[in-house]
Amino acid sequence: MISFQNITKIYNPHTIALDNVSFKVDKTEFVSIVGRSGAGKTTLLKLLLAEEGPTKGRVFFEGQDVQKIRGEKIPLLRRKIGAIFQDYKLLPSKTAYENVAYILEVMGVSDEEINKEVSQVMEIVGLRNQVDHFPQQLSGGERQRVAIARALIHRPDVLLADEPTGNLDPYHTRDIINVLLKINEMGTTVILATHNKEIVNSLSRRVITLEDGKVIRDEEKGRFFL
Amino acid sequence: MLASIKRVFISGWLTLKRQGDLAFATFFIMVMAISLITILFFLQGATNFLITNLQEKVDISVYFKKDSQAEDILKLQDELKKDSQISSVEYISREDALERFKEEYKDNPVLMESLAELGDNPLLASLGIRAHQAAQYEAIVNSLENGNFKDIIDKIDYHQNKEIINRVLDISQKIKVTGIVLSLILGFIALLVAFNTIRLAIYSSREEISIMKLVGASNWFVRGPFLIQGMIIGAAAALFTLIISTITILFLNSKIESFLPGFNILSYFRHNLFYLILIQLSTGIGLGIISSLIAIRKYLKV
Repeated sequence: MISFQNITKIYNPHTIALDNVSFKVDKTEFVSIVGRSGAGKTTLLKLLLAEEGPTKGRVFFEGQDVQKIRGEKIPLLRRKIGAIFQDYKLLPSKTAYENVAYILEVMGVSDEEINKEVSQVMEIVGLRNQVDHFPQQLSGGERQRVAIARALIHRPDVLLADEPTGNLDPYHTRDIINVLLKINEMGTTVILATHNKEIVNSLSRRVITLEDGKVIRDEEKGRFFL
Repeated sequence: MLASIKRVFISGWLTLKRQGDLAFATFFIMVMAISLITILFFLQGATNFLITNLQEKVDISVYFKKDSQAEDILKLQDELKKDSQISSVEYISREDALERFKEEYKDNPVLMESLAELGDNPLLASLGIRAHQAAQYEAIVNSLENGNFKDIIDKIDYHQNKEIINRVLDISQKIKVTGIVLSLILGFIALLVAFNTIRLAIYSSREEISIMKLVGASNWFVRGPFLIQGMIIGAAAALFTLIISTITILFLNSKIESFLPGFNILSYFRHNLFYLILIQLSTGIGLGIISSLIAIRKYLKV
């Protein structure tokens, strides 16, 4: 489903974010990409979202070269992907409800359907009472849960999660990981970028370890080694 | 499609309400820009009035031979009145000319004595012709000199006054061109200021725009609310400027008329209200939409 072929990403001569990285992710797989900060995890996710392009190599999504997708078709690619960003990327002028509903509005879903889905998802992430709050009125953990709700609402083919539990307490962390596992069971491919050792080791799923932009380990039932 | 348009509209309106300070700043600058355009509109009116006034001071007189018949002169007068280039034709008979001369120079004993000595009325009958525009005199004079009544015409004073008439024409033209050029420059500056204000407003939303693109919104779904905001602010600014203009004109009408006798700005305002509203609305809405379209382009490349 997703294929990174000989990907190199260089920001400037002194910053090589990814160095000849290659791996594939099959449909319904749950993959954790681990490594220290600056290892290149977020860069991989940006390349898949066509937010940036590789310096060398190609990224394929459902058989299509992401770099060759024409400008007006990129939104269609992104609607198949749910993304949880490290810095949340919530719309500051919209309420929590409106942030989550936005992707469904973009896809043309009816108002009744949006209301039903958003209410359900906000319940799942435990923010039923904060639907009318703006992001600046929410705590870091609450913002992260809104971001998670937005990534899940449209039942994407692929879910990219970049440090989704970074600001959460252990209770919410466990809940969110369980939600990701549940979504994966229902058929969504999940790529989780994290440096949380406990989460990775508890999952017993495939782990790809990055260090200095290179893949140093790729194990089916991997663990996070320091 | 309709649902999408409705969503875009609601999103634009909601964001406008929530970003009140920024919206007000943009609104204020738009009001300034549209007000300047409005002032230039009235200045053009005043300039045209001045030019017309100046040109109306110019006229020509056609003098007829002593033995010409009054009915022939009156026939010519009727013909001239039908000419669309001519605004008025005044017939002055020999007797009227004499009376006017005596009235004008009654305090000049030398002239009055000379007149008395002559015995006979030396003055000629004439037609005083005023054209709508000074540029038309040449053609009028040509048709008189070559027309059916050329035999009864003694002289036309156009040739003596041609230089002055041309100078008046020249000055009128220069005033008009200067007025237009100044209007264009000032108008452009006003629009540029308003455009940059809108650009700054959109710059402050650049991150929001990139987030919308990253979650899968199309360019038009992102653009739409900003265009709506630009439109609403532009229309509101135009309406506000119209109200302010109306109140200002009502207050200043008599003062302006004392400064420019004959130019009733309230009457000019009433006659041109439709065009003024059109100019204000199209400036406001057009500026709002076009500025938003141009300003947002850069941030859609995500």
